[in-house]
Amino acid sequence: MASIAGALRRPTSPTGLWRWMTTVDHKKIGVLYGVSSFLFFLFGGLEALIMRVQLARAGHDIVSPEVFSQLFTMHALTMIFLGVMPLSAAFFNLMVPLMIGARDVAFPRLNAFSYWVFLFGAIVLQSGWLLGGSPNVGWFAYAPLTSSSFSPGNGMEFYIVGLGILGISSVAAALNFIVTIINMRAPGMSLMRMPVFIWMTLITSFLLITAFPVITVGLIELYFDRTFGMNFFNSAAGADVVLWQHLFWVFGHPEVYILILPAMGIVSEVLPTFSRKPLFGYPVVVLSGITIGFMGWAVWSHHMFTVGLGPIANSVFAITTMSIAVPTAVKIFNWIATMWGGSISLKTPMLFAIGFIAMFVIGGLSGVMHSVAPADAQQQDTYFVVAHLHYVLFGGSIFAIFSGIYYWFPKASGRMLNDRIGQINFWLVTIGFNLAFFPMHFLGLDGMPRRQYTYQSEMGWDLWNLVSTTGSLILAIGILVFLHNFFRSLRHGEIAGNDPWDGRTLEWSISSPPPEYNFATIPTVHGRDAFWEEKYGHDGMNVPASVEASNATEEGHHGIHMPSPSYMPMIAAIGLSVAGYGLIYHFAASVVGACITLVAIFGWAMEPPAEPTE
Amino acid sequence: MDTSVVELSRFTQTSPAIRQIHFRITNTSLIKHLISAPIRVVKTLITSAVMFQRRHIRTTATLLALLGLLIIVGCTPSHPQSTFDAQGPVAQRQLDLFMVTFWVAAFIFVTVGIGLIYTVIRFRRKPGQGIPKQVHGSTKLEIGWTIVPIIILGALAIPTVMTEFYISEPPAGDQLTINVVAHQWWWEIEYPESGVITANELHVPVGTTINVEMTSNDVIHSFWVPKLAGKMDIFPGKTTSLWFRADEVDEYFGQCAEFCGESHVWMKFRVLAEPISEFEAWQQKQLADAAKPTTPEETQGASTFVAKGCIACHTISGVLGAAGVIGPNLTHMGGRGTIAAGTMEMNQDNLREWLSDPNEVKPGNIMANSPMSLAYTNPNFALTAEDINNLVAFLHSLK
Repeated sequence: MASIAGALRRPTSPTGLWRWMTTVDHKKIGVLYGVSSFLFFLFGGLEALIMRVQLARAGHDIVSPEVFSQLFTMHALTMIFLGVMPLSAAFFNLMVPLMIGARDVAFPRLNAFSYWVFLFGAIVLQSGWLLGGSPNVGWFAYAPLTSSSFSPGNGMEFYIVGLGILGISSVAAALNFIVTIINMRAPGMSLMRMPVFIWMTLITSFLLITAFPVITVGLIELYFDRTFGMNFFNSAAGADVVLWQHLFWVFGHPEVYILILPAMGIVSEVLPTFSRKPLFGYPVVVLSGITIGFMGWAVWSHHMFTVGLGPIANSVFAITTMSIAVPTAVKIFNWIATMWGGSISLKTPMLFAIGFIAMFVIGGLSGVMHSVAPADAQQQDTYFVVAHLHYVLFGGSIFAIFSGIYYWFPKASGRMLNDRIGQINFWLVTIGFNLAFFPMHFLGLDGMPRRQYTYQSEMGWDLWNLVSTTGSLILAIGILVFLHNFFRSLRHGEIAGNDPWDGRTLEWSISSPPPEYNFATIPTVHGRDAFWEEKYGHDGMNVPASVEASNATEEGHHGIHMPSPSYMPMIAAIGLSVAGYGLIYHFAASVVGACITLVAIFGWAMEPPAEPTE
Repeated sequence: MDTSVVELSRFTQTSPAIRQIHFRITNTSLIKHLISAPIRVVKTLITSAVMFQRRHIRTTATLLALLGLLIIVGCTPSHPQSTFDAQGPVAQRQLDLFMVTFWVAAFIFVTVGIGLIYTVIRFRRKPGQGIPKQVHGSTKLEIGWTIVPIIILGALAIPTVMTEFYISEPPAGDQLTINVVAHQWWWEIEYPESGVITANELHVPVGTTINVEMTSNDVIHSFWVPKLAGKMDIFPGKTTSLWFRADEVDEYFGQCAEFCGESHVWMKFRVLAEPISEFEAWQQKQLADAAKPTTPEETQGASTFVAKGCIACHTISGVLGAAGVIGPNLTHMGGRGTIAAGTMEMNQDNLREWLSDPNEVKPGNIMANSPMSLAYTNPNFALTAEDINNLVAFLHSLK
C-alpha cells in the first residue's frame, strides 16, 4: 500500500506550466477557462469575419461553398460550446466560491477534470480543420443530411465525439456547482440571500444536467446510424427524420437559456453596484429566472414551426413561447427599476450592462415576433433569425460577459482595466454590432435565406450585406481594442485594492487577487448584499462597521489546509479524448483511452493528500 | 494649459473672445462634451418629435412608414423575394400579422428605450452625492408589469391562432393539386390531374387555390415563395403540404429555405401565375412529345444526348431511350425561363456554360460528380466542344 501511495504522490509545490496543469484552485481553473474560451471566441469571430467578407458583395468568391458550410457550422459550435458556455463557466469558477464565502468548490479535482475535458473536447471538435474537414451540415445537423451517404468523411464524427466529450465536461461542472452552491454557502447565507448571479448559476447548472443527456441520446443514435448502419434516422427504413429535430431542440432550447441566464446573473450584480441600490424586486427576479428555466423545456417546437406539426401543435408552442416573454420582460423592468432613483456611475462594466438591456430588448422583441407562428413561416431560416439570435447571444450574452470581465478583472488580477479604453471598446463594439446585425432584419424580410455562401445581385440584397460586413469589421476593431486593454492593464493597470467599485457582495471584502484560501475567516452573512450591509448597515442607515478587519489582516490563515494539486484530472481527460479519437478512427484506441481514464480515476481515488507544508 | 493651446495662442491675436474659447476647451474635458452634446440633441429631437406628433400624427405615421419601407428595400429597385410585397391571401395574412407584431414591438421598444435612456440620464451620479435611498421593490409594480405583458401577449395570441388555422387548411372550393418532389438541388413538379411532369417552374392559374403536396427524394428541403406564402419543410419518407393563391399574373421567385448541402443556394424555382386559358394551353403543350430536331446541329445534339449517356437520368419524351428519372424531365426544357433550377436565364450562352462545367455553376451536383454520369466523370465519354454546341442547339430547341 505504501508503494502505491508513493507512486501516487501528489505534485508538491510545482512551478510554471505544471502549476497550471495540476491546479485544483477554482480561481486558477477559472482563469484557464477564461483564457482558453476567449481564444476560441476570437477563433469563432475570425470564422464569422471570413463569412461576412464573402457576403460583402454578390458573387464574391473568397471561400468555396464547401468551406463556407464548414465555417457557418463551426462558427455556431465554436461560439456556443467553446465561447459563451465556457466563458460563463469561467465566471462560475472564479466567482461562485468568492461570492458565497467558500474556500473552493465542493469537488476541486472534479473541477479541474471539467476544465481539461472541455479543453480536449474542444480540440477534438476543432481538429476537423486539420484532419480532412469539419462538420458542414449546420450546428443543428438535421438528419438525414448527416447520414453517411450524404456526409461521408469524418466531419460528423468530430461533431458527435466533440459534443459528447464537451457534454461530460458540462455535466461534471454543473454537478459540482450545484453541490457547492447548496452545501458550501457561508453561515447565514440562506437561499434567498444568495447573490442573483449565484441563483442563475444554480438554475443554469440544473438545465445543463437535464439538457445534455437529451443531445447525448441523439448523438449516440446518430453515431450508431453512421457507424453500425442502424436506422434511427433512416427514412428509407421507416424512420421519421423529425425525431432528430425533437431531440436536438429539446436540448437546444434549454441550451439558449444556458447561454443567457448567466448573463442575466452578471447584469443583476453589475447594475446594483453601479447604481448603489439593491436589486429591485430580488425575489421576483429570482423567480423569473426559475420560471424561464422551467419554461425553457416547453417551447422547443418553436424552432419547428415550418415542419408541418399541424395548427394545434403550432398554436400551443406559439403560446408557450409568448408566455416565456413575461418573466423575461419582468426582469428587464426590474433592472430598469434598480437604476431608477439610484446614483448611476457609467464605468465600463455599467455601460456594457446597460447595453445588454438595450440589445436584449431588441432580441427579445424579435423573439416574440418569431413566436407568432404563421408570421414566423416567413422568417424561419432567413437572416431575420440570424439577426434575432445575435441580438440575444451577442447583444445579450457577450455584452454581459464583457460587463463581467470589466467588473471582476480587478478581483481576479488585482489591477483595473483601463476605463477610457473600455469606453472606446464599448462604443466600437456597440456601433459595430448594431451595424452588422440590425440590417439582417431587413435582409430576412427581403427574403434572404440563411446559410447561403453567396447570392445574386438581382435579389436586391447587396446594400445591407455590405453595411453588415462593414459593421462586423468595426466590431472586430472593438474586440482588438479590448485585447489591447487587457494586455496593457495586466501589466500597467491601476492597482485595484479590495473594493474598487464599492461592491455589495462578499468577493469585494477580500484582497485582489484573493489569497489561495479566499477567506481567512469564513464570513457570517446577515442579509442580502452582505458586504454592502457590513459597510453601510441595513439600508444605509448605519455608520460603516469595521467588520472587514478580520479578513484584511492575514492572521490566522496558517492552519488553512487547501486541496493539493493533482495530475489525475488531466490524465483522465486525456484518456477521454484518446477514447474519443478511437471512436472516429479505430476502436483499439478507445480501449487504450478508456484504460488511461480508468487508471487515472483509480489514482484519483487513491492518491493521498499532500503533507501540509508546515 | 495644454501646450498646443499655448502654441496656438502665440500666433493668434489673443482677443478676449478667443481666450474665452481656449478657456472653455481646456477646462471642460472633451469626453464630457462628447457625451453631453448628443444627449442634448436627442432631448431636443424627442421634444420636437412629440410636439410634431401631436399636430401631425397622420403625416408622421405616413412618413415613418415610407421611411421604413425605404430602409427595408434599400436603394435598389428589384426585390423579387420581399415579404412586404404579398401577392396572395396566405402571404397577405402573414404580412398583416407581422405588421401587428411589428407595431407592438416598436411601441414597446420605444417605450422601454426612452425609459432606459431617461433613467440613465436623470440618475447619473452627481459629485458628492451620498448613498441613494435603498429601495428593495414594490409589489404593486411587480404585479403591474407582470400583467401588462400578459395582456399584450394574450391579445397577440388571438390573431396568431386564427391565422395559424387559416393557413393550415386550403379553403373549400375549386383547387388545383400539384405534387412537388424536392431533390438535391432541383424541383420535380407533377400535375396529377393532367399528368404533366416538369421541373423548377410551377405554372399556376391565377386566382385559383393551389394545394402543394410535397416530399423529398433525399434530405430535408423547404418550399418558399415569399410573395405567395411562408415556407413549409419537405421530408423524405413523408408528405407535407402548403397552399397559396396568386392574385396577380406575374413571375414569383422561390427558393429552398432549409440548408440541404453544398449547392443549397442554387436550389431556386419560379412560380408563373397565368390566366386560366394560358395555363390550359401550357398544360396541353407539356403533354405533347418533344419538338423534332430541325437543323443538323439539333439532330446531332439529339444523338449525342443518347450516345453520351444523358438518357440514363433524363427523360425527353419522343426521343427513343430517353426515359431516365434521376434528373429533371427535359421534354420542354427550351421553353422554360431558367436553367439549373432558377439559377440562370435560359439562353444558349448559359446553356453552354452549364454543359461545359456544371460543377462550376452548381457545386457538388450529381451530373458533374456521380460515376453514373458518364459524360462528366468517364473520360471515354467526355463531351467535346462540338458535342456541347450540338447539345445546346438541341436542348434550346425543345420549346
